[in-house]
Amino acid sequence: MRYLPLTPDDREAMLATIGVQSIDDLFLDVPEAARLDGPVNLPLRATELEVERAFARMAKKNISAGEAAFFVGAGAYKHHVPSSVDHLIQRSEFLTAYTPYQPEISQGTLQTLFEFQTQVARLTGMDVANASMYDGSTACAEAVLMAARVTRRSKAVLSGNLHPHYAAATHTACKYMDIATASQAPVPGALDDMIAAIDEETACVVVQNPDVFGRVHDLAPIAEAAHAKGALLIAVVTEIVSLGLMKSPGEMGADIVVGEGQSIGVGLQFGGPYVGLFACRNDRNFLRNMPGRLAGETVDAAGRRGFVLTLSTREQHIRRDKATSNICTNSGLMALAFTIHMTLLGEKGLRQLATLNHEAACTLADALANVPGVELVTPTFFNEFTVKLPKDAAGVTESLIAKGVLAGVPASRLYPGKGLDNLLIIAATETNTQADIDLFARALKEVL
Amino acid sequence: MAMNTQGRPSRPVSNIEQGGYADTFSGSRGLDQAEPLIFERGRTDITGVDFPKAKGTKARLGGLERTDEIGLPGLTEPEAMRHYVRLSRKNYAIDLGLYPLGSCTMKHNPRLNEKMARLAGFGDIHPLQPQSTVQGAFELMGELAHWLMTLTNTPCVAMSPKAGAHGELCGMMAIRAALDARGQSGRRRVLVPESAHGTNPATAVQCGFYCDEIPAGPDGRVDMDAFKAKLGDDVAAIMLTNPNTCGLFERDIVEIARLIHEAGGYFYCDGANFNAIVGRVRPGDLGIDAMHINLHKTFSTPHGGGGPGAGPTVFSEALAPFAPVPYVVKDGEGWRMVEQEDEAEGEPFGRMVAFHGQMGMFTRALSYMMSHGADGLKQAAEDAVLNANYILARLKHIMTPAFDGTCMHEALFDDRFLKDTGVTTLDFAKAMIDEGYHPMTMYFPLVVHGAMLIEPTETESKSGLDRFCDTLESLAKAAKDGDTVRFTSAPVHAPTKRLDETRAARNPVLVWTPPAETLEAAE
Repeated sequence: MRYLPLTPDDREAMLATIGVQSIDDLFLDVPEAARLDGPVNLPLRATELEVERAFARMAKKNISAGEAAFFVGAGAYKHHVPSSVDHLIQRSEFLTAYTPYQPEISQGTLQTLFEFQTQVARLTGMDVANASMYDGSTACAEAVLMAARVTRRSKAVLSGNLHPHYAAATHTACKYMDIATASQAPVPGALDDMIAAIDEETACVVVQNPDVFGRVHDLAPIAEAAHAKGALLIAVVTEIVSLGLMKSPGEMGADIVVGEGQSIGVGLQFGGPYVGLFACRNDRNFLRNMPGRLAGETVDAAGRRGFVLTLSTREQHIRRDKATSNICTNSGLMALAFTIHMTLLGEKGLRQLATLNHEAACTLADALANVPGVELVTPTFFNEFTVKLPKDAAGVTESLIAKGVLAGVPASRLYPGKGLDNLLIIAATETNTQADIDLFARALKEVL
Repeated sequence: MAMNTQGRPSRPVSNIEQGGYADTFSGSRGLDQAEPLIFERGRTDITGVDFPKAKGTKARLGGLERTDEIGLPGLTEPEAMRHYVRLSRKNYAIDLGLYPLGSCTMKHNPRLNEKMARLAGFGDIHPLQPQSTVQGAFELMGELAHWLMTLTNTPCVAMSPKAGAHGELCGMMAIRAALDARGQSGRRRVLVPESAHGTNPATAVQCGFYCDEIPAGPDGRVDMDAFKAKLGDDVAAIMLTNPNTCGLFERDIVEIARLIHEAGGYFYCDGANFNAIVGRVRPGDLGIDAMHINLHKTFSTPHGGGGPGAGPTVFSEALAPFAPVPYVVKDGEGWRMVEQEDEAEGEPFGRMVAFHGQMGMFTRALSYMMSHGADGLKQAAEDAVLNANYILARLKHIMTPAFDGTCMHEALFDDRFLKDTGVTTLDFAKAMIDEGYHPMTMYFPLVVHGAMLIEPTETESKSGLDRFCDTLESLAKAAKDGDTVRFTSAPVHAPTKRLDETRAARNPVLVWTPPAETLEAAE
């Protein structure tokens, strides 16, 4: 077996050193009833070539984003990732390291996490950020739990235009913690009225911007209303590229910003691994209640700057049942991909990227709005918008596959049974060419 | 101490007399090159990505354009490559040497798995594409689920948990949902051995439970009398790691399962140490109700400096109806994903994440499993146990094993052999760094004083283990011989000397800010 270095002779010699007759002697604590006679009923070992063939056969059954005119978004976006990013994250020293528990031989990971935290804080307009969460949806859930700890309140108001998967993940995380999460009804093209739902028991208001339909919002009035009642504003950003062009949630008054970092460096990967971004104001109470790992600056015994994991007295391995979260493994390698891509972009590149995304979406929106029967629902947007079709969007999406177009996400897939069947959520990015856009508009006209 | 913009102390420090290094003019030391932060090196007007010119379309952002400077420095590609490659060289990694972190299962990460995960048909597909266009992805998830259920002899697996702790949450939420469905919401007490991972009690609390610790017996396993005394009609579950964090198989596990079930509770098994028994023992045969499987441990997906992981969670018949959405089902010739709770067959406790889980880890884990096969997985578990026992046998004369007898996949020592030497477990660990090894897990499990938990895994050769044991023998002897400075000043051969973690926590600096002098100059 190509991954197992011990030879039969090694095994014999080692058993002799241990002082046992056979390997079975090392498994004597296993109750007899649970001992197996032979290997379990699964195929036996396979060569690299055999595995590659099996995987190629399965992979071929999928249509990859690169094979189609691709406009699917709703929380994950097709962007171009520079070649050097994947090369760097495959460096053995990054790829095959563990959580940096021994900082003296983990400065590579720790410094990049410190840089990541700084980038995320600046991008979101917050003071501090953690070293990543699993993804945007779990970051959102953790933010609500944190808001409840910080405010000592037990109600959360969730915008109806928050990605329903995020709302569901948050609801699940809160349901046994005696935190009531009330999701409002969605209002495509506008925004549900959260302000009326805020009261003295409200720990936080959760708003996504741009929202799941693509519409952009000024969060300032909601922040003001939340703060007036002593509640926190949690802003959710599922398309982080938008912050290259748009006002940051921090500038609009958010207290905690969570986001999905997938757009930068990570790739689509059918939903994971992604990278959850988590940033907040620098307040002692906030810091003490943050979930997840934090990299912090310090000095070594010679006075040289170095980085360590810090404030671990919040965490499960120290605080156990009093921890702020049970999170242990996070999304370190995806945070690395994010920070490398962001460093390659820099502010100048990020603004260019964001501009190209917005322009692609504007061009596409105009092209589709010219198709008879199609109506643009979202008057403002970044790189994603919603249109109303004259018929069921899921059926239309399905018929567009044969024409080489993966058209977007039917709202009914996210909000089944809510009467949104004719709405289609469509994303455009820098990866879409004018030919893609023309093809989409032409094909849509044909199938309607 | 003040820092200049090169990230070095502004005053040179001489520590040669302490066994340290000589300072150089550049701050680098040969191949160990000093590397400032991107904020000290890059500029906001530099980019390493070329884009076509924008058309100048009128924005439709509703007047919400960003006007402030974000403060994100950029680097060109050659500069960026150097920055990250230089930093990478300050990391230890499994590809550089033995990484014996107990309970973490740092085994070799086969590169075939990386290649499979990057096939466009898996790496470049969107979670919300039409289901008809991702049938191969569903098939892969179904295939992996089949392997996991077969290896554990369980009828159900939830694929979406994002890591081990997330899998624990999945299992415990299913238990909570099952109790609620039975009308027994009053069962809130969860029994957790004191040797448990910290994630266990933290998870139980997130499900509205509270924890009751079970002490360990003198043999490092659950104290059966104490366990029996704690059973009662308010008990929801036991959370037990098997093999446990002392590296021992819980030999009473079948009896524990019987008793907890008899008392009306459920058995959550922490599967972090599944690598010791995979292919040889099926946890379903032991009577478990739920167990997460760390794909990043047992099935070799890379840890990546702290993640990503993946924590698919298997369930018994009793808990299967409460498993979360989404999940894939075979529908005739094709596959279908059930995404909504009200479309599910059972009574799912909810949805834990957006989308469907860690696909990138699923591809890698399945590639690993198919490569090994049923026979190779069994051999891997046996070699992992053999390697750990070999270390235990070679070192027990000079270090102090925490418990008598053989172990499973990890060897646990305490610090009795360091008594009166002035050397602590921490010092010993730092001296291992100077010898070119990553230290073992320290001070865990909590039931053993000054614990040193060594997990070599199956991907180490005998000669490699011999060199490792020779080194640890020499270190133990040096400690006993009074060579204390070797330990207390360690590490001296690492990229940094010992780092001040207290200072970091007392005055948290979590983001970079420009040095005060720069700010003043700008004003």
